[in-house]
Amino acid sequence: MIDKQVKTTADAVAGVRDGSTVLVAGFGAVGVADNLLDALHEQGARELTIVANNSGNGDYGLARLINSGRVRKVICSFPRSGDYSAFLNAYRARSLELELLPQGTISERMRCHAAGLGGFFSPVSAGTKLGEGKETREIDGRLHVFEKPLKGDVALIKANKADRWGNLTYIKSARNFNPVMAMAADLTVVEVDQMVELGELDPEAVVTPSIFVDRVVVVGAHA
Amino acid sequence: MTPKSYQPLTREQMAWRAAQDLREGDYVNLGIGIPTLAASFVPAGREVIFHSENGILGMGPKPEPGKEDPYMVDAGKNKTTLVKGGCFVHHADSFLIIRGGHLDVSLLGAFEVSETGDLANWTTEDPAFPPGVGGAMDLAVGARAIRVIMDHTGKNGEPRILKKCTYPLTAAACVKRIYTNLAVIDVTPQGLSVVELIPGMTPEKLQALTEPKLHLAAGWQALAPPETPKARAA
Repeated sequence: MIDKQVKTTADAVAGVRDGSTVLVAGFGAVGVADNLLDALHEQGARELTIVANNSGNGDYGLARLINSGRVRKVICSFPRSGDYSAFLNAYRARSLELELLPQGTISERMRCHAAGLGGFFSPVSAGTKLGEGKETREIDGRLHVFEKPLKGDVALIKANKADRWGNLTYIKSARNFNPVMAMAADLTVVEVDQMVELGELDPEAVVTPSIFVDRVVVVGAHA
Repeated sequence: MTPKSYQPLTREQMAWRAAQDLREGDYVNLGIGIPTLAASFVPAGREVIFHSENGILGMGPKPEPGKEDPYMVDAGKNKTTLVKGGCFVHHADSFLIIRGGHLDVSLLGAFEVSETGDLANWTTEDPAFPPGVGGAMDLAVGARAIRVIMDHTGKNGEPRILKKCTYPLTAAACVKRIYTNLAVIDVTPQGLSVVELIPGMTPEKLQALTEPKLHLAAGWQALAPPETPKARAA
């Protein structure tokens, strides 16, 4: 019998290696797998590259990993969001590297990896500072830059409901980066509010199909 | 200094003016700041569908106090609502909507706009803070019409409509219309065309506050929003 549910958040993040690229879903504080991030902190992996839209809040989750010096690099679109003092201190101390990317370039690079493609040309950032150093091509009279696929070693996903196969649903705007990140990592780990029986999720309403999911842990409800 | 012979528009009046140009059936993305206010000033009876980059299509007004939903935030991470008919998409699809030319209008804030419609709105290169770009470059490249709402001049009266932007560009030659607190200006192949002026403002006075050459459009009009624009009920 397939059962992707694990007992604890520690089981969920077991085996994440030093130097991993970790896809951290969420937008601001909404739809972030904070319990998994805290478990990753306990687990102790170092030299992490984090892919996220923002750079963490307060002193929990991603911010805690940064405060503990576990993060080598952050790839994000908008670090200045909420209480991002953990990131700001590390940025000013030059103890981590920032790679700034347009928001849609981050999500599409991950989708591209998930789709098995070798990259894509995008007009976004062409001719700007963020496009500097990238291969360019003029397509139908418009300048494009080449963007490579972006792959995670592990993705930390926050969903609402899961079944034992790993089919997932989300709540409202907490969906955000979760489905695309779930598709783009070697190991996709999910924290959910609740498990339901196989067959209970409306097949028309499943957002992330089980094929993309490796481990699920129940943490109870939070935004 | 002599007192000004004109009264610059308030934030609400600028947002009101931009909202008048949104048409029935338009899909519109509103940037953080003054553009967000425009949602409240769409004329009654006109259906405009608002998109938020974090995957909301059919975003509604601010929630009433006590009715905030932790799962509903807008691009600025403020609490928001969903209108009837609204739905959710994931991030890659949300930016497909933005980048792929599916939005009719993107209404953005700006630090500077050039006479050819270059837009600078993502970084002032302050070395003390990390830069942030968010969805600004995607919006500037992808929406069918890019319109900007901004104060005509900076804190010290310096022009922000320039021959060439001094801050790093968000995208080149993308802005089609600029709503300022003094005028409405179109970016045309012939240059900047003033289509509306606030009462008391003259083409000469406006030119003195603008770096590139301005042309007064034939048939230009007065820019006279209500003194206190009335926000549409939720």
